[in-house]
Amino acid sequence: MEFLSYFGGVFEPLAFALLVGGTIGGLILGATPGLSPTMAVALLIPFTFHLSATQGLILLGAAYTSTVAGGAVSAILLKIPGAPANIATALDGNAMARKGQGARALHLSFLSSGIGGVLGVLLLIFLTPMLAQWALAFGPSHLFWLAILGVTVIGTLDSKSFVKGLLSGCIGLWLSMIGYDDIQGAQRFIFHDALAGGIHIIAALIGIFAIPQVLDMFAKGRSKVKIEAIDVPQHAFGDSVKEIGRSARPLTIGTVIGSIVGLIPGIGGQIAGLVAYDQAKKFSPHKEKFGTGHPEGLVAAESANNAMVGPSLVPLLTLSIPGSPTAAVLLGGLLIHGIFPGSDIFDRNPEVIWTFINSMLIGQIFMVIFGIAIAKWAAKIARAPLPIMGSAVLVLALFGSYSVQQSMGDVWIMLSLGLGMYFLEKFGFSAAPVVLGLILGPIAESNFVQGSLIAGAQFDGNWAQAQYFMTGSLNLVLMALVVLSIGYSFLSHRARGRNASVKSGEVQA
Amino acid sequence: MTASRTQHLVSSGGIFAIALFVAWVSFTQEPAEAFLFPRLISVFFMAFALWNFVRAVMGLSKVGEGLSGDTVKAILPGLIVILIYFFWAAKGYGKVAALEGHWLYDWVRRGLGFYTSSTIAFFTLYSIYDPTPFSDGRSWIKRVIVTTIFMAVIYGLFALLLKVQTPRGMIF
Repeated sequence: MEFLSYFGGVFEPLAFALLVGGTIGGLILGATPGLSPTMAVALLIPFTFHLSATQGLILLGAAYTSTVAGGAVSAILLKIPGAPANIATALDGNAMARKGQGARALHLSFLSSGIGGVLGVLLLIFLTPMLAQWALAFGPSHLFWLAILGVTVIGTLDSKSFVKGLLSGCIGLWLSMIGYDDIQGAQRFIFHDALAGGIHIIAALIGIFAIPQVLDMFAKGRSKVKIEAIDVPQHAFGDSVKEIGRSARPLTIGTVIGSIVGLIPGIGGQIAGLVAYDQAKKFSPHKEKFGTGHPEGLVAAESANNAMVGPSLVPLLTLSIPGSPTAAVLLGGLLIHGIFPGSDIFDRNPEVIWTFINSMLIGQIFMVIFGIAIAKWAAKIARAPLPIMGSAVLVLALFGSYSVQQSMGDVWIMLSLGLGMYFLEKFGFSAAPVVLGLILGPIAESNFVQGSLIAGAQFDGNWAQAQYFMTGSLNLVLMALVVLSIGYSFLSHRARGRNASVKSGEVQA
Repeated sequence: MTASRTQHLVSSGGIFAIALFVAWVSFTQEPAEAFLFPRLISVFFMAFALWNFVRAVMGLSKVGEGLSGDTVKAILPGLIVILIYFFWAAKGYGKVAALEGHWLYDWVRRGLGFYTSSTIAFFTLYSIYDPTPFSDGRSWIKRVIVTTIFMAVIYGLFALLLKVQTPRGMIF
């Protein structure tokens, strides 16, 4: 119960103001279609440079939590998910809004997000120290395999194409190697002066997540996107609370699935929401009502995507393996503030980490309160014009990446990576594995080098490295997980491809 | 919708060329110890890139909608503004030895400065992609007001609150 002694830090004036501001700002950003939570957190990181580590993390954590919940607004009112995590929300949420139950859907969405989110953060509070204790037994070879596992899991599960997902991870790993190698004192892959210091993670994150979205907004051209306006008639909040009290089954399904998915590195809220929706449908006595505006589907999806937030930080804080793309961006924020995740994180930075986690717990409650409060204006927020959003994100990207090190080199790197990612995405590559490779590359390399040195001392002969990295039960388990993640993904992509060709064959026939 | 076979061939061929280059650099540069990890990664990078390229050659690469002519036409004006904004207007860049010392060249090389260039870029991009017809006089007033408010917020955040020192260029 150590966390209880750090609650005071959340209520210090500036920290509290950042929590409130981050929550409201995150809800608005999340409600705006086209601005993903990952991009919002990436763009916010430069604003934390002048804050203490605790304050900076409180702001980022509040934004992470509330952007995911805010994304439900546009999913419900416009059928445009504010974030991938809200895809399942749109299925029943929008149908409810069309029936004149928009306010009810928004209430249920924020309440179930809040409940799922609180339980997810409680899991983070109780699981993280346990996993941290367990992680003390990890040596360089295990940390190397964990880093590789992080890249392969996100590369294979988060991508539409198996080989392109793994290739994206390799691109990220290569990008992480650019720059000056401190250990050997050698220059690697430096083709321009701007690359001499390597690729700064914040500039890369801003470019990879913001620039493709800006170009996607511009790609719609001058066409006026017709968005159907849906009236949001008032609904008694007390009735929504009673209804949530009666929705124990979808709420439990959503929270349990969201928590499990969050713990698995690299999967993210989109999968959590969709799996929870699917399972809630299977266990419901009213299966036929799903998709027609049934609150159970909405409650399951929203509780799952917010329950995922807390657990996604468990592997991040203890093993440096982010549980979702947004958690990967958050890892960048931690590193910027000199907080290095690992088994001893609670010994080195107890105040920072516990205050941050506590702020996420309180942030979930604020998210419900402010979410319900802004529900009235939600439709207007969700209809923010794309040309303004695109231009604003671009200017913010310039200022944000420049302020990292006051260097135009970072700006050019940010733009180049962003443009590259835009074109790669058009051909089926994913941003998340690139980012994971970029973040986990140095972790994998430093442990590979350390492990090689230990191997040289422990074993004789040419196969010393192989002996060190490929023997021992934990190494074998981690290697098996790497192979399993690749194998599972390969088979499921093949099965999906076969189903698609059978369906197209049927259509042609 | 998926991209054409040619588009997949070009994109996967480009990635394969990069992977080959990374492998070549990793295995030829010294000191070898510094390239141990790059060598390991480049082997997998090249293997996956080759697999991807072979799939594209065989016409099996189907994921990704590619770039349509309409998309290129739509993003091109914005892309040109972005490139001018980032590579010249914000800070200024470029060196032409023959022109050095000429007052006009030295002045232009300084760029416009972060705030001026951002104001112009925001206004230009907003105007290009705003669906309201250019002939609508009121829309221009709206664009000027939105740009002014947005840049005031940016100035307040970065210059006054965060105190980020940005390049001033020829104007501001």
